[in-house]
Amino acid sequence: MKRTILFFLAFISVPAFAQTLKIGELNSYKVFPAFLEPYRKGMELAVEEINAAGGKVELVIRDDGGTPGDAVRVAEELITREKVDLLMGTFASNVGLAVSNLAAQRKVLFLASEPLTDKIVWENGNRYTFRLRPSTYMQVAMLVPEAAKLKKKRWAIVYPNYEYGQSAAASFKRLLAQAQPGVEFVAEQAPALGKIDAGAVVQALADAKPDAIFSALFAADLQKFVREGNTRGLFRSTPVVNLLAGEPEYLDTLKEETPEGWWVTGYPWSALDTPEHRKFLEAYQKRWNDYPRQGSVVGYTAIYAAAEAAKKAKSRDTEKLIEALKGLKMSTPFGPIQWRALDNQSTMGAYVGQLSRKESRGVMVNWRYADGAKFQPSDEEIRKLRKE
Amino acid sequence: MSSSAVLLQFLNGLAGASSLFLVAAGLSLIFGVTRIVNFAHGSLYMLGMYAAVWLSARIGFWAAVPLAALAVAALGACVEVLLLRRIYRAPELLQLLATFALVLIVRDLALWLWGPEDLLGPRAPGLAGAVEIAGRGFPEYDLLLIALGPAVFAALHLALTKTRWGVLVRAATQDREMAGALGVNQRWLFTGAFTLGSALAGLGGALAIPREPASLNVDLALISDAFVVVVVGGLGSIPGAFVAALLIGLVKAFCIGLGYSKLTLVVEFIVMAAVLVLRPWGLLGRAQADVRGTWTDVPLRRISQRSAVTIAVLAAALLALPWISGPYPLVLLTEILVFALFAASLHLLMGPGGMASFGHAAYFGIGAYAAALLFLLLHWPMPVSVVAATLAAALGAAVFGWFCVRLSGVYLAMLTLAFAQIAWSIAFQWDALTGGSNGLVGVWPPEWLSSRTAYYYLTLIACGGAIAFLWRIAHSRFGHALRASRDSRLRAQAIGIDVARTQWAAFLIAGLASGLAGALFAFSKGSISPETLSVQRSVDGLVMVLLGGVHTLTGPVWGAAGFTWLQDSMARSVDYWRAAIGGAILLLVLTRWQLSR
Repeated sequence: MKRTILFFLAFISVPAFAQTLKIGELNSYKVFPAFLEPYRKGMELAVEEINAAGGKVELVIRDDGGTPGDAVRVAEELITREKVDLLMGTFASNVGLAVSNLAAQRKVLFLASEPLTDKIVWENGNRYTFRLRPSTYMQVAMLVPEAAKLKKKRWAIVYPNYEYGQSAAASFKRLLAQAQPGVEFVAEQAPALGKIDAGAVVQALADAKPDAIFSALFAADLQKFVREGNTRGLFRSTPVVNLLAGEPEYLDTLKEETPEGWWVTGYPWSALDTPEHRKFLEAYQKRWNDYPRQGSVVGYTAIYAAAEAAKKAKSRDTEKLIEALKGLKMSTPFGPIQWRALDNQSTMGAYVGQLSRKESRGVMVNWRYADGAKFQPSDEEIRKLRKE
Repeated sequence: MSSSAVLLQFLNGLAGASSLFLVAAGLSLIFGVTRIVNFAHGSLYMLGMYAAVWLSARIGFWAAVPLAALAVAALGACVEVLLLRRIYRAPELLQLLATFALVLIVRDLALWLWGPEDLLGPRAPGLAGAVEIAGRGFPEYDLLLIALGPAVFAALHLALTKTRWGVLVRAATQDREMAGALGVNQRWLFTGAFTLGSALAGLGGALAIPREPASLNVDLALISDAFVVVVVGGLGSIPGAFVAALLIGLVKAFCIGLGYSKLTLVVEFIVMAAVLVLRPWGLLGRAQADVRGTWTDVPLRRISQRSAVTIAVLAAALLALPWISGPYPLVLLTEILVFALFAASLHLLMGPGGMASFGHAAYFGIGAYAAALLFLLLHWPMPVSVVAATLAAALGAAVFGWFCVRLSGVYLAMLTLAFAQIAWSIAFQWDALTGGSNGLVGVWPPEWLSSRTAYYYLTLIACGGAIAFLWRIAHSRFGHALRASRDSRLRAQAIGIDVARTQWAAFLIAGLASGLAGALFAFSKGSISPETLSVQRSVDGLVMVLLGGVHTLTGPVWGAAGFTWLQDSMARSVDYWRAAIGGAILLLVLTRWQLSR
């Protein structure tokens, strides 16, 4: 009896909340906490702001356990039990691809906020999957002009041995060879993710006598590499270009080890003084009593993207949301972005700059914003990859 | 490589070997005396790192190192006295489950205490720089490590050969019951060995902080390395661990030096597989004495009439479920059924077969990959792909099993792990075929099976049938032969049973069932990636079997259901869900054991 009444109530109340957008967010919160705790704070801030301004967004957060198998089950739960209007999140590329694949099968919109793999919008791209962050390819492309300007002939490469590292290395070699004909790649080290034997790797790189080094290392691998390289003098006369190393999540842990002059992609939060960012920074610091990381911006922007799409669609219907998101222009703490209709990739960019030490803390200097729209292969190539 | 490069990579290898030895020696000591496969050893190392980083900021690095080791030793002593001491006489491997629970708890504890960010420790004061060797800079601190490994080895060796305590430890390592019968107080011996082992783990962790940051992923990364060293060296043998650490440290350094860095993903497991195939008890190990009083005392009961009725009712309820439940329970149950079959197949090896497998995910993963590849590349229909994948998994099990049945005990278990890791690294590395770390997507069943209900029924029938088949086997002639082979090799041979062949057949059947589970898993998720054959998956299988009870027939199925349900509901409702699962397992381990005594 009681249940029938509840059921009835639920039924009646549906029209009253018809405009509430229910977002099902799943992520590997306990596997990558350094990135995802700030991410979560960014999301929660955005939800509070939107609802305070009269919008109606409900966020359901789940831990996906960090494996594709668990993530698919969690996504199914969000779809069937929570009846969310769209899925959002994921961090590792294999998890992102698995959820994207499920989204296409179940015909649910999936806003992949974090995964970097090129495949999620290219080879394995589908109509239902949109991706916010600049991809591995885009971030490599942003760094290549700086690498070419160094005018170094002999390059050594080091990357974690999984898809992100492999595709970063492949893109770098291809793009740099185009930008600077005659460049040579003299050594390649691919240690297992999280298990770099830094002393031996630094030694092997030094033995190849490179003029410059490209690295895609991050997190603990990066810290070990930097410390060994500093001790053994690898970086004394060899410039380094390193993906992601300017993101506060990874940079802040280096402290007084921070190597001077490396070219990196990242987020110089303390120096970034645009109106959009100032507003975000103040709100974030006020709400969390902490400074934002890269993850905070991604989480914050992802929620706004979903909300703006729903506003434009005036509906929560998947097909209408997809139509609304394609080509959607919106403002973010990094400035305006657009969701490309071509491949469902946002044009969110990254900051390219150099590392420097300031009072035993790492900061980015000489940075500029690299707009994601400008670091893309031709539309033709993308269409071919998407098999459309 | 130039000669100076060779020299430096040699030194790098020695430094790596020293830190590996510290951890492995502790693990070996603990195993030798208590026979506990201490999964939590990596967690103790991780705690040593965090404690040392935290203390260094307050009292300086050199004071922090011994203090951190002492703190970890104290914690180890507490764990031994409060937890492990209660379950020494429980069926073997139940202690493994307890230490696995500790891994989960410690990781969340470290996250709660020290936060999510990696903590890079200080350089060692006085040894912060580099010395010039053969024209290149070499860290001074690494020289200290190179010296420290042999020093600790010598100290341990002296303590074990020249002191009374060492004599008792060696006696207990060889035959702990006999040592007890001769009046040795085992309790304090065990506590002492566990504490010393923990101290070595903590010391290893503390000494590592000038070289690597304290991070939450250290525990599991380290434990597999340490296991490999212990097994390659020979369980319980400290000199063996020393030689093995040197071997593996040098092999790794030269893989990198010669430009085969991708091999480091798996090279230690290749070394381990090679050593175990050639020397079944490791480099310096000896055949283990049997431990008396384990689960082999407990006969495997037939399913009683009462539980047969329960199972029938349950089966009927499962068949009727789609009419009364929403779609999500079906998704969850599909997964539970798949894992129930996975656990039941592992149980055939562990229970009636008496062969613990630490690498059972290999067959699950081979099944999943074979199904996906046949479906995606050859465009075979899904049912044909599933059947062929099942056979492929059996083939894999036949190959791996052929080598494994020549071994026994933990060595056998570690060889299964080595093979599983090799299979995993192939799936991870062979980009063109397996999709590398991303795996394969688009593995969906055909239209008529694609609804959640239809797929649930398929899984229910296939897994239910396969589980029933496995249950029957346990009481068939083959099952009897298998149990006889487990309980007494010699007597089984005397009555004409070909022990190796019987056990090999068990591998084949278990591989078959596990492969079916893997293939069904692939089509239920629509995608697969290397995690389907990772260590984590194998450990999950072990946990399910041990939770349910290895000496019962139906237990593993309940274990699979309980563990999967626990993961699903905890991850949703509790923030520190891993610790919650660990706590639940600990509680089960303690109460179950005390109830069934």
